[in-house]
Amino acid sequence: MTATDVHLLAEIPEVSSVVDDESASVPEIIRGTGHLPEMRVDPISLFTRVREECGDVGRFRLADKNVVMVSGAEANEAFFRAPDDVLDQAAAYPFMTPIFGEGVVFDASPEERQQMLKNQALRGDMMRGHAQTIEAEIRRMVADWGDEGEIDLLDFFAELTIYTTSSCLVGKPFRDELDSSFAQHYHELEHGTDAIAYVDPYADIESFRLRDAAREKLVTLVQQIIDRRHARGTVAREDRDLLDVLISLKNEDGTPQFTADVVTGIFISMMFAGHHTSSGTASWAMIELMRHPDVMAEVVAELDELYADGSEVSFQALRAIPTLESALKETLRLHPPLIILMRLVQEDFELLGHTIPAGTVIAASPRVSNRIEEDFPRAEEFDPDRYIDPRQEDLQNRWTWIPFGAGKHRCVGNAFAMMQMKAIFSVILRDFEFTPAQPLDSYRDDFTKMVIQLEQPCRVTYRRRIR
Amino acid sequence: MRVVADTDICQAHQLCQGEAPDVFGFDEAHDVVMLLDEHPDESRRADVTTAVKYCPAFALSIEEDPDV
Repeated sequence: MTATDVHLLAEIPEVSSVVDDESASVPEIIRGTGHLPEMRVDPISLFTRVREECGDVGRFRLADKNVVMVSGAEANEAFFRAPDDVLDQAAAYPFMTPIFGEGVVFDASPEERQQMLKNQALRGDMMRGHAQTIEAEIRRMVADWGDEGEIDLLDFFAELTIYTTSSCLVGKPFRDELDSSFAQHYHELEHGTDAIAYVDPYADIESFRLRDAAREKLVTLVQQIIDRRHARGTVAREDRDLLDVLISLKNEDGTPQFTADVVTGIFISMMFAGHHTSSGTASWAMIELMRHPDVMAEVVAELDELYADGSEVSFQALRAIPTLESALKETLRLHPPLIILMRLVQEDFELLGHTIPAGTVIAASPRVSNRIEEDFPRAEEFDPDRYIDPRQEDLQNRWTWIPFGAGKHRCVGNAFAMMQMKAIFSVILRDFEFTPAQPLDSYRDDFTKMVIQLEQPCRVTYRRRIR
Repeated sequence: MRVVADTDICQAHQLCQGEAPDVFGFDEAHDVVMLLDEHPDESRRADVTTAVKYCPAFALSIEEDPDV
């Protein structure tokens, strides 16, 4: 960093420090790393303070990286509109590399994403089939539920969304080879996203050892599936899935183009964006509905009426279900699955009168922006009516209502995700009623990893409805 | 009403064409939405509003004509 860069950054206010980064309670490997020890245990407090103390553009430090955090419509718009060659997404998430594996990209360029969208699984006309798949997977999960019982929200939705994402994105034959052990290993991968990765993604800490062991177990599972495919021989074109395609690709010398390790990395990365995000959103929607019985009653009444004519979930999940949709949007606003979105500045970037030098990390926070009081009156309250005409607080605030991000990189799977949520709740809320199995204020997220998951226990009781 | 499409953030999902094919077309060369009718008739409001609301990229909006 040049002297000019230091000077440019100094003009951006830095947030206060509330955790002593040299304290004996901070793991040795991250001592002296500025705000990293705080981000590792209480990121929401840190990000919220950046806006409170610094306004739309503030700054904190993660080891040798300065992070400029923006919020508010104007700064967010500049952030989300910047082209990839100015703000690069891939380089900003070092904790993902050991999970995907070397050589598997974090995200494709917008052009590649667009191409994938046109050709692949997220295409609009594929959605009907996905809706049928998802409905079948939910029914399979609740088939042995009986008349009443208890589930853990994290375990239940994390397993369900492994089956739905693998079936929709890789293919049903692959999904049918999986059981709950795949979900368990996948969870350990997600849990291996300690912010210590900003210093060393391969540091010798327990969650990273578990992460690497889990990845090896997933590779072994995939290798076994590949071996069974080879033993089975080729099948008709319509029965092939993405795995069959990948293992059929050969180098010029006839050797397989992709090892089991790379295939596993590809599948992990394909499923990653849609897994913990959907699982967390389904869990939080359930919790918010239990916390707001009036909204729950409205949603259940809406679903009962919608399906009274015997229509299919796979049909309705692709259409408007306004009350449920509003409850889901409000869940996403209050509990965005990703609380920070980051880019690495590739060339000096002008933002609200500041010049942010190349090499800086720039970030936006869905968690902070989604709760800006001026845009979302009584922002801390769960109020699904925000989305009803004419308020439409999502469309009115398209640069600060950002649970899916915004701009070119706005979550390409958001229509899929909303359809999946509508299908899940269409099935479970018509057949069962849910009540909390623990105090309502005891459901909370575990923010100690970059991939946020519900803290366990997070148990709920179900009872079959008499209709 | 006036329909506005932000082609910088369009992701080519093409869902808008399903809602109002007379208003939203597709620019194959650039892989983005193309407006066929910037000032659709008031009778098209419901479908256009649905297209705006469900655009997965939030790339569409409606601006009201000032003289209305």
